[in-house]
Amino acid sequence: MSHEAALHNHEGHESHGHDDHGHHEHHDTFLTKYVFSQDHKMIAKQFLITGMVWAVLGGLMSVLFRLQLGYPDSSFPWLESLLGKWAKGGQITPAAYYALVTTHGTVLVFFVLTAGLSGTFANFLIPLQIGARDMASPFMNMLSYWFFFTASMVMLSSLFVETGPFSGGWTAYPPLSALHDASPGSKTGMDLWLISMALFVVSSLLGGLNYIATILNMRTKGMTMTRLPLTIWALFFTAVLGVLSFPVLLSGLILLIFDRNFGTSFYLSDIFVNGVGALSNEGGSAILYQHLFWFLGHPEVYIILLPALGMVSEIISVNSRKPIFGYMAMLGSLFSIAILAFLVWAHHMFVTGLNPFLGSVFVLLTLLIAIPSGIKVFNWLTTLWRGNIRFTPGMLFAIGFVSLFISGGLTGIWLGNAALDIYLHDSYFVVAHFHIVMGVASMFGMFAGVYHWYPKMYGRYLNNSLGYLHFWITFAGAYLIFWPMHYQGLAGMPRRYFDFSIWESFKQFADLNRFISTVAMIVFATQLLFLINFFYSIFKGRKVTVLNPWEANTLEWTTPIRPGHGNWPGEIPEVHRWPYDYGKDGHDFIPQNTPVGEDETGTH
Amino acid sequence: MEITLNTKNKIHPLKMYLYVGLGSIVMIFAGLTSAYIVKKSQANWLDFELPKVFFIATVVILLSSFTMQMAVKKAKEGLQNPYRSFLTITAILGVVFMILQYQGFMALQANNIALTGARSNSAASFLFVITLLHLLHVLGGVIAIFGVRFKSLSANNNPENTTPVELVSTYWHFVDILWIYLFVFLQWIG
Repeated sequence: MSHEAALHNHEGHESHGHDDHGHHEHHDTFLTKYVFSQDHKMIAKQFLITGMVWAVLGGLMSVLFRLQLGYPDSSFPWLESLLGKWAKGGQITPAAYYALVTTHGTVLVFFVLTAGLSGTFANFLIPLQIGARDMASPFMNMLSYWFFFTASMVMLSSLFVETGPFSGGWTAYPPLSALHDASPGSKTGMDLWLISMALFVVSSLLGGLNYIATILNMRTKGMTMTRLPLTIWALFFTAVLGVLSFPVLLSGLILLIFDRNFGTSFYLSDIFVNGVGALSNEGGSAILYQHLFWFLGHPEVYIILLPALGMVSEIISVNSRKPIFGYMAMLGSLFSIAILAFLVWAHHMFVTGLNPFLGSVFVLLTLLIAIPSGIKVFNWLTTLWRGNIRFTPGMLFAIGFVSLFISGGLTGIWLGNAALDIYLHDSYFVVAHFHIVMGVASMFGMFAGVYHWYPKMYGRYLNNSLGYLHFWITFAGAYLIFWPMHYQGLAGMPRRYFDFSIWESFKQFADLNRFISTVAMIVFATQLLFLINFFYSIFKGRKVTVLNPWEANTLEWTTPIRPGHGNWPGEIPEVHRWPYDYGKDGHDFIPQNTPVGEDETGTH
Repeated sequence: MEITLNTKNKIHPLKMYLYVGLGSIVMIFAGLTSAYIVKKSQANWLDFELPKVFFIATVVILLSSFTMQMAVKKAKEGLQNPYRSFLTITAILGVVFMILQYQGFMALQANNIALTGARSNSAASFLFVITLLHLLHVLGGVIAIFGVRFKSLSANNNPENTTPVELVSTYWHFVDILWIYLFVFLQWIG
């Protein structure tokens, strides 16, 4: 009895086996189907497309500031037409540069790689892969998107205020974030940043609670926790991390709001502002903010990464036609990464005057992450080993992810050591590290997911040739952009500087910077190619004609080619096995809903 | 109805949603009280006594948990009128709690302990921010209580479905326990 209340009444009716509703909705208007939709699949697409808009904007910002770094002496009149007073004389002003860097970071971390990645795939895959008609609360799910949308609009509006968007770095450390008079970007831009982030936290909490409740409670018959695809496990841990760490960021931001607007002294002490004079704030600690911020900030890194880990595991297994190697080890390593995520935040703070003894504890905990990460890499490689590999674009991006994860993970071992970090902190080495292991790698996970599940999303295929072109240029470009930055960082080049050409020690990098900027522009243009492919294929792509185009085992491929709200026209299939029965007993693949045969060898 | 979920899992999905949500509310206050502890060990910390009115507020919110539980009991027995009365009493006690908290803030101000502004010490600011955030959670609970109360009067209400009131009561007990923790923390630990 109590179960029914969770689902919509009309969904309850659907379950009685009407065949006709798979292709159209009974009472849906344009508004309830495409805008205020409560269908998890539509909400997933809303998250994806909003994330894509932000990825273009955030990417464009990086092109603009790379233009400054690559060509510090040139002037581009078109920049003044585009940015007005922010690029007087065709060159980006220092204030605009910092605004661009800050917004690029905020937008890519939160709006693209959190909302755009886990918002999309958690919404899309959880009900489909666990065998549920929708989320635990479709209404809250809809609210989650609309909070994200509102947060997006507020952030977007901050680009257009007279004093510019917030420009104190995506971490929003006080005092730059706490004092209106600290910089132009600290005025209205920062107010809007705070409002936007508060709305974003609400959005990700509403979403995360739903994902957890759905995975724990709405699985179909036979779908035990250890029969879940690894995508679902990864999305589950992602949601747990979000639900436990975003509230701490919220507390940090609330204290910041009080310091900013109500004269309290949580983070502020003994400050003299030019043109204003000495402030009355006493006894505050800016480091306190860093602790609260990084208690979210580090789990946030894994919130970004874990969905990619899960999707890559699934895609590699499907396209190698082999069971994933070490399912339980994959699960255990996801679990230990999720635990360790909460215990390493101070490795972002080695240079804050942290007690060296405490620092060494955080070094140890940080380096421990190498173990589960190593297990995962080993298992992906052993899954690929002697597999019957299908190099689909999705698979290429998944393999590319593994490559980037190794390259970026190795430099994590460097930076996790406090002794090395003191030298490398705030240098381009750090920029290279986190862009490869978190930024580009997770983007690759996202691309892999889009290419792989696009047939399920739209009932059509993406163009393969464009997909290959997209992959190879992006893959080569990612290394060409970020690999040289390690070298620059080791040479001591600091991040966030506006113009390196005036520093004698960094003049040697003028050509390298120009090279990096050029590649960045090419890679950005290639992403537009992907967008064209994406939107063109929605309407004109090759139609999917079979239920299970990749011959995969998971439940989403048992739904109709274009599933309606409720996902399965008849009853939800029952699950009899784990999702990785590939190449078993002479069968290429055995879907999860196939009952165990009499003469079958051991099953999960 | 076999379609919705595995029969082994008896927890209602919305209850699960609420439980995990309570976990994230716990993290807000865990973050704040940890920050409090860190800050207290640093220089320039003002020690002061909690006004007595916070004790009274504690008794009031404890009492409201009792009336909330009575409301759930009456709802399960199908006694709609006593059910609604207990809900009303609980909501009123919630409002009284909020007023008493406000009195507490006023009492501190009267003792020349500024909660915000230029003269404020972060000891008092912390107390203010933490209790204010809790207060907002109580306010949310009061609104939810009124919500289920008025829903019970609507024509298409099913009196046998006690899930909404169970959800609200779980939340209400939670904000009660949360206040007990905060009170003990502020009074004796912090």
